[in-house]
Amino acid sequence: MMDWLSLSPQEWEAVAISIKVAFWGTLASLPIGIALAFLLSRKQFPGRALLDALVHLPLVLPPVVTGYILLIVMGRKGLVGQFLADHFGIVFSFRWTGAALAAAIMGLPLMVRAIRLSFDAIHRRHEEAATTLGASPIMVFLTISLPLAWPGIMAGAILCFAKALGEFGATITFVSAIPGETETISAAIYAALQTPGGETNVMRLALVSIAISFAALLAAQAMTRKNRSRQGGL
Amino acid sequence: MLSLTLERDSHEGLFPIRIDLKTDAQIIALSGPSGAGKTSLLKMIAGLLTPDRGHLSVAGTVLFDSEKRISLPAWQRRIGFVFQDNRLFPHLSVKNNLAYGRFMNGLGHDPFHEAHVITMLDIEKLLARDIGELSGGEQQRVAIGRALLTKPQLLLLDEPMSSLDANRKREIQPYLLRLAAEGVPMIYVSHNADEIAELAGFVVSVEHGIART
Repeated sequence: MMDWLSLSPQEWEAVAISIKVAFWGTLASLPIGIALAFLLSRKQFPGRALLDALVHLPLVLPPVVTGYILLIVMGRKGLVGQFLADHFGIVFSFRWTGAALAAAIMGLPLMVRAIRLSFDAIHRRHEEAATTLGASPIMVFLTISLPLAWPGIMAGAILCFAKALGEFGATITFVSAIPGETETISAAIYAALQTPGGETNVMRLALVSIAISFAALLAAQAMTRKNRSRQGGL
Repeated sequence: MLSLTLERDSHEGLFPIRIDLKTDAQIIALSGPSGAGKTSLLKMIAGLLTPDRGHLSVAGTVLFDSEKRISLPAWQRRIGFVFQDNRLFPHLSVKNNLAYGRFMNGLGHDPFHEAHVITMLDIEKLLARDIGELSGGEQQRVAIGRALLTKPQLLLLDEPMSSLDANRKREIQPYLLRLAAEGVPMIYVSHNADEIAELAGFVVSVEHGIART
């Protein structure tokens, strides 16, 4: 009776690829996101406004354009892509790693925004106090700024993960939708919609997608609550 | 012997400040109306605000000299700072707040010194607690302990007793006097004339950012 709810092997594959792509995309962009957020929150330097705009660009560009730029730059014949392929054997185009890269770039603006707000909110006074206690700038960052910004970092990571999970335009432009390699839930839903009689497949995948997103949000809330109670007076 | 002349022009909306001090007194009080720039003067000595001109040496070590282009960063100065708003780290327990300076300075364990400071400030039963669970007075005592446990060569105190009750003040004052006698000079900001009279060997009045002796 509930048979229509069980996923086919290919659908399971799409779910697994989506989670893999979103997870690695988020993990890889986390250090970059933290560094960019800290830079934009704390440092004054020439070109700061330009960097800020560049980070936010994927938020306003049509995703297809972002995917196209990735294709030109990171593709097999691309400026950077060719270099990486020739010297390090790293290939992005038409691989799941490329999907992760596209997801990371699409999620980065959201991640940087959340983390940056968190760095903005940390009182400099704690960093000053740590300095007078003998902490070098790098130790201040590692032992004070980073832990105090943790809720924002987690929120940023979850936002990036959620965005990555739903990414479609840039991914399909850059790495297409190859079943078993780059076909994510979104791409599978789109493909099923094009197929006559595919409505139940669409329904199943949509439900799975809702469940994963909901679980991610609940996890984020739980983590923030835990952190807030631990930090007490802040 | 404390010798310093530090001057900072107007930057970032802060008015110019200046302090000139040469004294053998171990406890120096800065007094003056609020907003006179006392905290900014302390920050300049600690290295949290960079002076434009001047010279600062503590116990023969030059920490700042604009002519010789010496400016030791704040974290290498070993100047303890007890802030008015305590500034305890909210993500660390009391115990780890106290251990922070020792860890950052790579100091060895000194159980005798630690036990002494902890007993004197009566913070033993607070050690396992989180900062958010402490009262204002308790937080201030932990903040004083945290600064003392780094074994500073100069101690800056910004109204450290303002949130303490009279009993606790009576217990801490003799300790500060003894510490000073043992060779740790202090610069102490206070509004309280009684406190200044009991502690300070030298009083500097601060007005509009200028410290006059």
